[in-house]
Amino acid sequence: MTNPVESADKPIYFDNAATTFPKPREVVDAVVDYMTRVGGNPGRSGHQLSVDAGEIVFSAREAVASLFGVTNPMRVIFCSNATDALNLAIQGMLRDGGHAVTTAMEHNSTIRPLRELERRCGIEVTVVPCPGGVADPAEFERALRPDTKLAVVNHASNAFGIMQSLRELGETCRRNKVVLLADCAQTAGVIPIDMKSDPVDILAFAGHKGLYGPTGTGGLLLSERFDHGRMKPLKYGGTGSNSDSVYQPEFLPDIYESGTLNTAGLSGLCAGTNYILSLQGGVRGIQLHEKELAAYFLARAGERVRGFNSPASAALVETGVVSFNIEGKEPSDVAYHLSDPYNIMCRAGLHCAPMAHETMGTFPGGTVRFSFGVFNTKEEIDYAVSALEEISAMKETP
Amino acid sequence: MNAFSVILFFSTTSSIWTARLLKKAGIERKMVPIPRNLSSDCGYCVRIKSEDIERVKDVLTKGGVEFARIENLR
Repeated sequence: MTNPVESADKPIYFDNAATTFPKPREVVDAVVDYMTRVGGNPGRSGHQLSVDAGEIVFSAREAVASLFGVTNPMRVIFCSNATDALNLAIQGMLRDGGHAVTTAMEHNSTIRPLRELERRCGIEVTVVPCPGGVADPAEFERALRPDTKLAVVNHASNAFGIMQSLRELGETCRRNKVVLLADCAQTAGVIPIDMKSDPVDILAFAGHKGLYGPTGTGGLLLSERFDHGRMKPLKYGGTGSNSDSVYQPEFLPDIYESGTLNTAGLSGLCAGTNYILSLQGGVRGIQLHEKELAAYFLARAGERVRGFNSPASAALVETGVVSFNIEGKEPSDVAYHLSDPYNIMCRAGLHCAPMAHETMGTFPGGTVRFSFGVFNTKEEIDYAVSALEEISAMKETP
Repeated sequence: MNAFSVILFFSTTSSIWTARLLKKAGIERKMVPIPRNLSSDCGYCVRIKSEDIERVKDVLTKGGVEFARIENLR
């Protein structure tokens, strides 16, 4: 069997939930532009190249703010990835104690900081069950208490593509005066989110996944109604502002952005965000494309691959993420064979989401995960399904 | 001769935002290092013509940009 896509040497990349690849040319050019033409440290000096670097960072703030319907670019906080952003929000809100509510579909980037605070700082954590992958809104509301400081909700699972309703859970949080932190690592740039209408107080995003920026980028968006005085910074240091004071500034975004920002990365993030905004249909178009690929794969593989099964109901998959197993085969073996000889890149195992796998009945064995991006095609999926047919028929590990 | 003023901000991010808004509004402006006699901060501020102060304040209010103060340059 030959790889039909461009050349047999070119890998087929189905690991976009880990990080998107390839990046648009514009992103590469923007990184090179910063490194070769600009080069200064944003916000640190008055010379032209520092001002130009500050312009680049500000453009990235504006692009990200506009993508999520945030009017004030000062409410975009840049971090090094979604995990970093989630840690700022979770630890910043809870390290003085309190109660937190979360879902049984969380990634380790939220449940680990919560469990650590539970162990070290005595916070209490309630995990709302998610039968079939979706949190029951009534159960979620019952979990909220008068001392609940924060609700942490995974918007869409990195392992199963199943989405929680931010609108419904967010309205519940607003009624109960609880701050909602949405983990949008998998949905920023994939599912339209508008912080003006979606009741989210803090949104964490990855810059290198659905926004097509370089690795090392991500951040938080704070809604206009969220009082950031409630969220303590985790890092203290130089901000380029209030240099005459030995105390951390309290204004946005400097309070959370100590140290030199990843300006090269943010230059690329700005280009990546503008790239997806320029695509016909915008983010909604991307979601339709990725959902269509996911549905196409599940249908084709279900028909043709012996012993194929997917733990998530196809109707619940809202992103380009699908998890599956082939009866009698270890997920890691399937992924290994897909990589060699078929040159298809995907991820097997628990995807840093053991709790979500427990919820879906695939713990501890895990699954094989395909995650599609804007550049994937049905032809690539046809090739992968043929590869899976051959792998499912293999008698033993060669 | 023109008299100039500078707008000082809490965050350098606000100064860049301001420069952009003023450019869009067609108001003359320049990013300059903060004069040492005004603050020991190491960042930059936005220099404008003093005669434009009221227009500038209007742009900043409409844009939602916070600033610390406006000082005349001698």
